[in-house]
Amino acid sequence: MRIDVDRSRCEGLGMCEAMAHEFFEVGDDGFVVVLDEAPDEGQRAFIRAAIDSCPVSALSLRD
Amino acid sequence: MSTREPGVRRLVIVGASLAGLRAAESARRTGWDGEIVLVGAEDHLPYDRPPLSKAQLDHRTGDDLVPLRSRDELDGLGVTTLLGTPATGLDTDGRRVLLGDTAVAYDALVIATGATPYRLPGADGIAGVTGLRTHSDAVAVRRALDAGARTVVIGAGFIGSEIASAARKRGLPATIVERLEVPLSRSLGPEPGAICADLHRDAGTDLRLGVGVSGLESTGGRVTGVVLDDGTTVPADLVVVGIGVRPATGWLEDSPVALHDGDRGVLCTASLATSVPGIWAAGDVAHFPNVRFGGDLMRLEHWTNAAEQGALAARNALAGTGEEIAFLDTIPYFWSDWYGHRLQFVGTPRADEVVTVGPHGPGAIVLYRRGTQLAGVLTIDRPRDIMKFRRLVMEPGSWDEALFQAADRVTASA
Ligand SMILES: Cc1cc2nc3c(=O)[nH]c(=O)nc-3n(C[C@H](O)[C@H](O)[C@H](O)COP(=O)(O)OP(=O)(O)OC[C@H]3O[C@@H](n4cnc5c(N)ncnc54)[C@H](O)[C@@H]3O)c2cc1C
Ligand code: SF4
Repeated sequence: MRIDVDRSRCEGLGMCEAMAHEFFEVGDDGFVVVLDEAPDEGQRAFIRAAIDSCPVSALSLRD
Repeated sequence: MSTREPGVRRLVIVGASLAGLRAAESARRTGWDGEIVLVGAEDHLPYDRPPLSKAQLDHRTGDDLVPLRSRDELDGLGVTTLLGTPATGLDTDGRRVLLGDTAVAYDALVIATGATPYRLPGADGIAGVTGLRTHSDAVAVRRALDAGARTVVIGAGFIGSEIASAARKRGLPATIVERLEVPLSRSLGPEPGAICADLHRDAGTDLRLGVGVSGLESTGGRVTGVVLDDGTTVPADLVVVGIGVRPATGWLEDSPVALHDGDRGVLCTASLATSVPGIWAAGDVAHFPNVRFGGDLMRLEHWTNAAEQGALAARNALAGTGEEIAFLDTIPYFWSDWYGHRLQFVGTPRADEVVTVGPHGPGAIVLYRRGTQLAGVLTIDRPRDIMKFRRLVMEPGSWDEALFQAADRVTASA
């Protein structure tokens, strides 16, 4: 499982960080940084919720 | 999967925008396989509103309507759409949503009709005067800006401020008329409001404060100016009315669904149940008690709130007997972009004390205190910091820590 960011879409709104700051952080440049790109399978539902919360659908999960 | 409510075969969602779409998606995600009918007044598939006052007013981007989900995706979800079909009434005894001459029966119902802008009295039928809520409103505003309109925005709220910003970005003259002495002072407080006023002035927007609108001037049915109640007239080719919205609940007035005495929004419990069993509500239309903030009754007009509530309302509407009903546990959040600045707010501005840390301008961190608690935070141009403060809003007794962290972050970025 890998987290992908579409940097052309991300607007740095930070919802992903609000939902799961262990995995996402917005940087000073206003783009999200993925802190752990290949997270543990057990975190799937948690990360899924964070990905779904992104207002501009900039995040996706890949297996 | 537990057994679903017996007899619930058709979920009807009224309002085909963000909250309504999220309701449909979440219904499927719970594994529910009954019918879903999404009823919407607009002709379009659900689309996103924040870009209407941002990217879509920019001369460098297109104004095409990109729906949140394509027709194929909705078909894939098994969602039937009835678009261009406003609900006109509700028959709770017969469990039917009335659609003019026809009706659609429901077993469970989610109300997600959002809100509509207040109109300016006497402005109907004058060309060049509009609100900004729908895609067609945005196209009208954009066309006027493309033609070099002199813009007057009535009301210095967030959306109005974004419109003034779009006009200034093109180098066009923009005026904001606001009845309050300090813009946004009711929603953010006087000091942060003053900071917002400076953002406007620094960008060359003509801010007229403490003055109301007494009328419009027009020639040949087109607006030419806005008359203020101090007797002055501001010339205008485009007038955007941003004096607030009211919940779109006219269709519920004759129904037993309980509405708020003031603005007629739908009164909900913390699980988004309305006063009528089997009927739920979500998004800009809904008042709910926020358990996180002393049970304050809130009606939010924020993107994340609509998304979250839509999902929750459908899940609860379809929960089987004995299944756990989920409650909202929300920390409100919204953002707004003007003149290249990003304003972000988490929590509630209803506070005992408001303290601005750092510069009184871009880079500001404004903290809102309730008791010993950090209740809300406004940041300007601090995308990295806002969600760290959100975490503090969740912690009891967080006020001193918030002051400390804010000072720390201001120093770090100085
Ligand atoms: C220009 C603009 C900019 C914004 N910018 C931001 C931002 O930067 N950040 C932020 O957090 N939020 C922003 N918002 C707010 C955000 O878009 C709203 O909170 C969100 O759209 C609410 O979603 P909703 O589904 O509850 O209601 P709505 O989006 O209002 O949708 C309700 C839908 O129901 C339909 N409807 C109404 N009555 C009926 C009826 N009788 N029958 C059938 N259908 C009906 C309406 O036509 C509409 O399509 C902005 C809003 C606007 C208008
Ligand atoms: S929620 Fe989306 S837009 Fe916001 S920071 Fe995360 S990825 Fe970027």
